[in-house]
Amino acid sequence: MAASSLASRAVASLSPSISTGASRDDAGSSSVVGFHKRSSAFTGRRVRISSGHGSSAAHGRRSCVVAATAAPVKESPPKIADIELVTREEGLELYEDMILGRCFEDMCAQMYYRSKMFGFVHLYNGQEAVSTGFVKALKKDDYICSTYRDHVHALSKGVPARQVMSELFGKATGCCRGQGGSMHMFSKEHRLLGGFAFIGEGIPVATGAAFNTKYSREVLKDLSVDAVTLAFFGDGTCNNGQFFECLNMAALWKLPIVYVVENNLWAIGMDHFRATSVPEIWKKGEAFGMPGVHVDGMDVLKVREVAKEAIARARRGDGPTLVECETYRYRGHSLADPDELRKPEQKNKYAVRDPIAAFKKYLLENGLASEADLKAIEKKIDEIVEDAVEFADASPLPPRSQLLENVFADPRGFGIGPDGKYRCEDPAFTAGTAEV
Amino acid sequence: MAAAAMAQKVLVPCSSSSSCGKVQFSPSRVHTQAIAFGGELSQSSSRKNKSLALKAVAGETSAPVTAKSGHEILLFDALREGLEEEMARDPTVCVMGEDVGHYGGSYKVTKGLAEKFGDLRVLDTPICENSFTGMGIGAAMTGLRTVVEGMNMGFLLLAYNQISNNAGMLHYTSGGQFKIPVVIRGPGGVGKQLGAEHSQRLESYFQSVPGLQMVACSTPYNAKGLMKAAIRSDNPVILYEHVLLYNLKERIPDEEYVLCLEEAELVRPGKDITILTYSRMRHFVLQAAKTLVERGYDPEIIDIRSLKPFDLFTIGNSIKKTHKVLIVEECMRTGGIGASLRAAIVDNFWDFLDGRPECLSSQDVPTPYAATLEDATVVQPAQIIVKVEQMLQGLI
Repeated sequence: MAASSLASRAVASLSPSISTGASRDDAGSSSVVGFHKRSSAFTGRRVRISSGHGSSAAHGRRSCVVAATAAPVKESPPKIADIELVTREEGLELYEDMILGRCFEDMCAQMYYRSKMFGFVHLYNGQEAVSTGFVKALKKDDYICSTYRDHVHALSKGVPARQVMSELFGKATGCCRGQGGSMHMFSKEHRLLGGFAFIGEGIPVATGAAFNTKYSREVLKDLSVDAVTLAFFGDGTCNNGQFFECLNMAALWKLPIVYVVENNLWAIGMDHFRATSVPEIWKKGEAFGMPGVHVDGMDVLKVREVAKEAIARARRGDGPTLVECETYRYRGHSLADPDELRKPEQKNKYAVRDPIAAFKKYLLENGLASEADLKAIEKKIDEIVEDAVEFADASPLPPRSQLLENVFADPRGFGIGPDGKYRCEDPAFTAGTAEV
Repeated sequence: MAAAAMAQKVLVPCSSSSSCGKVQFSPSRVHTQAIAFGGELSQSSSRKNKSLALKAVAGETSAPVTAKSGHEILLFDALREGLEEEMARDPTVCVMGEDVGHYGGSYKVTKGLAEKFGDLRVLDTPICENSFTGMGIGAAMTGLRTVVEGMNMGFLLLAYNQISNNAGMLHYTSGGQFKIPVVIRGPGGVGKQLGAEHSQRLESYFQSVPGLQMVACSTPYNAKGLMKAAIRSDNPVILYEHVLLYNLKERIPDEEYVLCLEEAELVRPGKDITILTYSRMRHFVLQAAKTLVERGYDPEIIDIRSLKPFDLFTIGNSIKKTHKVLIVEECMRTGGIGASLRAAIVDNFWDFLDGRPECLSSQDVPTPYAATLEDATVVQPAQIIVKVEQMLQGLI
């Protein structure tokens, strides 16, 4: 497959790429537009984005296995002139977003143990680079779809911390009026399609949103619609039928979607390697005719590079991408999980790769921010999160009358009562005091 | 009202022979409904849509249907007509399912639509019910109006995750932010020796899911009207079609009409007993009614159409008149529509009942393949006759 045919497809599509271990050879990199020159200044390791599915075999660049290394390879810090990955503004924005995610989740743990929030609460500590790296590369009109570990996705997408915290407290001012809770965050304004408790069930919903974009452009002929959808889910989900079924459909119809796997190696107490016959999730993209990429999910800049490429690929109509982010959750599966199975060695290995600490170091070492800048951001976020708690605390609980209000978009669905009127017209019914 | 307009329907249910049934469209049925209940239908402001539908009905005058008014159509084609009209009217309406496109649908409900509207609007999906139903839901949340077809309704069991958790719930858990205007439809019910898995009665399976509406069509007239209403509804609606009713023939209006999703249909007015039924059993009830009428009984037959919610107004008014209720359903005995309906009747109309509400349901058995066993699984007209006579003779 000649480079020219790739070029005619606007090139720079993605192939399996390895982020850990030694850098790969550059055979065939002429098909890549400028990308091979970039490197993550952070660790000096290359993220290679090159020709897409099928053709990679022709170029003889079969990538090899992902191996999590004990510690990131350290090279001497590159010169500032080499850095082209983020501007100061972008860097501060990314930092602030990750700090918000971390601080918010830490506050959730506190609030949970103080009985302000209840049920199953799944915290995102350690995975911030994935949410920030991907969601901050989106436009406002783009969609995201998450799982039960959705607080930080919501925050990254722009849902105000107050609304998320209120929702967690079960108050009427929550983003879902207190009706969804931790695992069901939704925002029409910010295009967050959920919040799902069952793994895998959000992937088809995300695929449907991507289908809508294609439909809007090709059937409704509205070319102003170019929304890309991101579907976030974990390693456990990648053994679920809906994952495979949706990869198939998305590739078949070239839907503008990116499937983002947050592989934190654990599905509650199930080790990824005990559950999965072929643990390299990125490889499964190729089986469905889409690029499968592996990226270091503890490195926000690497994630962002891959994200931008995959999102651009989707937006120009070249179809879906499967991105596997190697990441880790510092806390248990949920606040109810005693987290007894994970060994301290593994936890420590990832603790030293804390995405926030690493990015802070990067910003400081490369002169993009000063300690004072970063402290100011941390203080600002502290205040935002404190304010969110105060707001949630002061907010009212939903009244009884709210119970039936959102069962149906069209409340005629409650039917016609014995008196001939629609039941929703009965004031007792809408006040929540009528018998159903 | 001319006697001719009150003429009995000529009906041969599909199940009795290989030829299709013919239902003569009787406008008097519509008239009667309006008159029997004091014309309240046109007065209620919430029924504006309904009166619109009434006006659109052909032959609303007392003149009987002539060969010139309306057009004859088979039920599957009436569904297709309704779907096509809605797709022409609203470009966000789309269909997805297995073989709906190039094949035209397993029962030809989508025949010709892919050629007319394109492969994206009539989408042939791979075989992955849970995922393509979920995809339809995601598309609906973001602005389309999707019609998801289960090639056989039984296949929708694979989509139960999406139907229960997402179609039913997302409007609620999102605090009302997203609406899910999907129609989930397909052929169900007991057919002709199709075997257990293709002969499922799913009404009860989805009945309890909060947030869903369910309707069952039984004639070309109500099939088209309900299809249109379901598509226009902002709620997720399950439209139950019956695998043996697709070839029913009826004359339906040329003018556009949309039926009310929440209303029941008065099929035959009477004063002796209220028979509540839906889908294929409607035709068995009508067949039994011929014998009952010959024997001097006067049953009032209501096709409830809306399986969830129940039209307690139509049902209640009938019970207040007759004081006796028999439910005839194809659903299983356990946890079926009849079970819920009996509870609703007892709760709301206890004072008007002369005896307990009776129910004929199908057996709690996986539909057997053998013809004799299959016939014994569902309610037959003979059983209906026996039951009604017992009830009207005070024997039960």
